[in-house]
Amino acid sequence: MAISINGQDYPLPEDPRTSLLDFIRRDARLPGTKKGCDHGQCGACTVLVGGVRINSCLSLAVTHDGDEVTTIEGLGTLAAPSAMQSAFVAHDGFQCGYCTPGQICSATAMLQELAAGWPSDATADLEAAPNLTDDEIRERMSGNLCRCGAYANILAAIRDVAGESA
Amino acid sequence: MRPFDYQRAERLTHAAQLTADADTLALAGGTNLIDLMKLQVETPQTLVDIGRLSLGEIADEGAGKARGLRIGALATNTATAAHPRVRADYPVLARGILAGATQQLRNKATTGGNLCQRTRCYYFTNIDQPCNKREPGSGCGAIKGIARIHAVLGTSPHCIATYPGDMAVAMAALDATVEIASENSSRSVPVRGFHRLPGDTPERDNVLEPGEIITAVTLPAPVGGIHLYRKVRERSSYAFALCSVAAVIALEDNRFTRADLAFGGLAHKPWHDPRIADLLIGNEPSLALFDKAADLLLEDAQGYGENDFKIPLARRTLAAVLCEATGVEP
Repeated sequence: MAISINGQDYPLPEDPRTSLLDFIRRDARLPGTKKGCDHGQCGACTVLVGGVRINSCLSLAVTHDGDEVTTIEGLGTLAAPSAMQSAFVAHDGFQCGYCTPGQICSATAMLQELAAGWPSDATADLEAAPNLTDDEIRERMSGNLCRCGAYANILAAIRDVAGESA
Repeated sequence: MRPFDYQRAERLTHAAQLTADADTLALAGGTNLIDLMKLQVETPQTLVDIGRLSLGEIADEGAGKARGLRIGALATNTATAAHPRVRADYPVLARGILAGATQQLRNKATTGGNLCQRTRCYYFTNIDQPCNKREPGSGCGAIKGIARIHAVLGTSPHCIATYPGDMAVAMAALDATVEIASENSSRSVPVRGFHRLPGDTPERDNVLEPGEIITAVTLPAPVGGIHLYRKVRERSSYAFALCSVAAVIALEDNRFTRADLAFGGLAHKPWHDPRIADLLIGNEPSLALFDKAADLLLEDAQGYGENDFKIPLARRTLAAVLCEATGVEP
């Protein structure tokens, strides 16, 4: 009965009301994941579960028994940041930084989704592999709000990483 | 969030047994339910986690030309929208799902949960306000209040809430079937008849009885045609429909041979009016004909002040979809 976060096991919480977000921040003491709205509207709490991005605020920790969770701390470190983390720094993809861990987790998973060929509302041809247009990136990132409005630079950062991996 | 007892269902029959209790709710993706529990709109004494039951498969139903598609109740919205057969044979469903929510939410939200999601009426989600759906007999704050997102079709003096989803609207156009199991039996209900109108029991969103669990939605064999899902909303992504139209249209010799239409954002359920297909089929598409279709659709429409705009909006959205499907100049 444990949840693996960034490769380390943590015992399930006693109170079933504990959200995965509160579990990550309070029980696992990993404060990188942020609580914005706590209602699935802002995306600041985005983490990867089994490699898939979800809003950790809308998930009960007890339901994640045996799951593998990756948070911003698991993507890279100061000494060895991930490509997406480096690109956000290089392109100034933030101002206050509060939404940034969610943005980076979301963008990291989004590029995997694109590689897997998942369509989006911006995909013109449902049966073809989606093209990485700016509209595709904007649509696929619409679950992550940035009150500072760093969207243009976030887009540039994601484009940069996608270009490298393409 | 109020305290509750958490139980994980090991088998479908176990889940059905547990949810027969009025104070017990089933938890699947949880993207709506957990939010409503935080708001204390939902206060179950027991939460039955059905998320690990084997109900996630998407598989062919039948064979050959009559080959439909069975979408398991726990298939995520992402899995359904990305499924090759949904994209090829039922694009209106892929489009409908992709028009809703965000990728994070669609990765978690399930077929059955999406059907059971509750209205986003501001009075329903605010426990300080009267709401007959949340607390029967307490009154409706929306009827003379803030009603921008509310229904214009099939309303009652007790409730003008809308069913908020997109997926079910596309499924209604496709005439899909909801498969439901209880401890000792099972039944099927057309998606078009799954949600109900508020009447004098607005607390009931749909026909699901206590102890019943949705196990799948089955799509009939593909019918081809032009599939469109047009959604009008306040921003271009991540917003609920003010009005949406799901359409499966076919023409031969410039006459309608199929016109399966369903509407979102207008009523307490995905709205399907069989008279519209009866009017269109056999006739040549024209703006005058589309206007007559809208007359039928909106014959009994009633606005509540702030949402009066939805009546002309529905007329224009229907015309826009039919123009796009038929090539008639708008």
